Amino acid sequence: MSEAPRGMSMIVTKGTLDWAYPPFVLATTAAAMGYSVSMFFTFYGLPLLLRKLDLQVSPLGNPAMKLPVAGTHLGMPNLLAMLPFADAGATAMMQAMMRKQGVASIEELREAAVESGVRLIGCQMTMDLFGYGVGDMIEGVEVGGAATYIEAAGESRINLFI
Amino acid sequence: MNPPDQTLDARGLKCPLPILRARKMLNAMQPGQRLEVLATDSGSVRDFQAFCRATGDVLLEHTAEGAVFRFLLSKAG
Repeated sequence: MSEAPRGMSMIVTKGTLDWAYPPFVLATTAAAMGYSVSMFFTFYGLPLLLRKLDLQVSPLGNPAMKLPVAGTHLGMPNLLAMLPFADAGATAMMQAMMRKQGVASIEELREAAVESGVRLIGCQMTMDLFGYGVGDMIEGVEVGGAATYIEAAGESRINLFI
Repeated sequence: MNPPDQTLDARGLKCPLPILRARKMLNAMQPGQRLEVLATDSGSVRDFQAFCRATGDVLLEHTAEGAVFRFLLSKAG
């Protein structure tokens, strides 16, 4: 690349199956386009670094979530979404749609992020708070705090909070 | 024109996989070598144009044959 290296940083705060996509899609694409990328995982984003992912999506309190059913798009009323197995059902449906449509899995995107040199930084405070250790995380995860993020953000043109 | 040095079949894959797979193959190629990409993701035309503007790889041509987009890239030297 002819220009100076470009950077992108991201604060990842959400760990549901749907919200796991934007940060990993953008991080891997930016890395493929020559950006140096740092992802800082905090609060509910932190579980995205766990060795074994168990990502779920919930229709509860999410009126924008409408899935294609029998030729139309249906949401689920909260009264039904709070029932047992509503989350499991919605998650299974979302995963099946993604496989059918050729959408990458989060595991695949995360692996691509690691391969392309994306810095994965786990928030130390969140790890302590929720009782996680480095051993719970995939190989290559760094642990840091706000100053680590600010340093990365200061060197980046694109800084996202997701 | 000579056949491309490598071909990536990204048909059926959604964003960002065609771009990620293309990057991976380009990384293993020599400057000036040519990569052909086949894709069905209709966003891929804009995406490969933007990708090449950012990386310096050259988009030599892009064509559509039915629902399949074909890109010919030359790796940045």
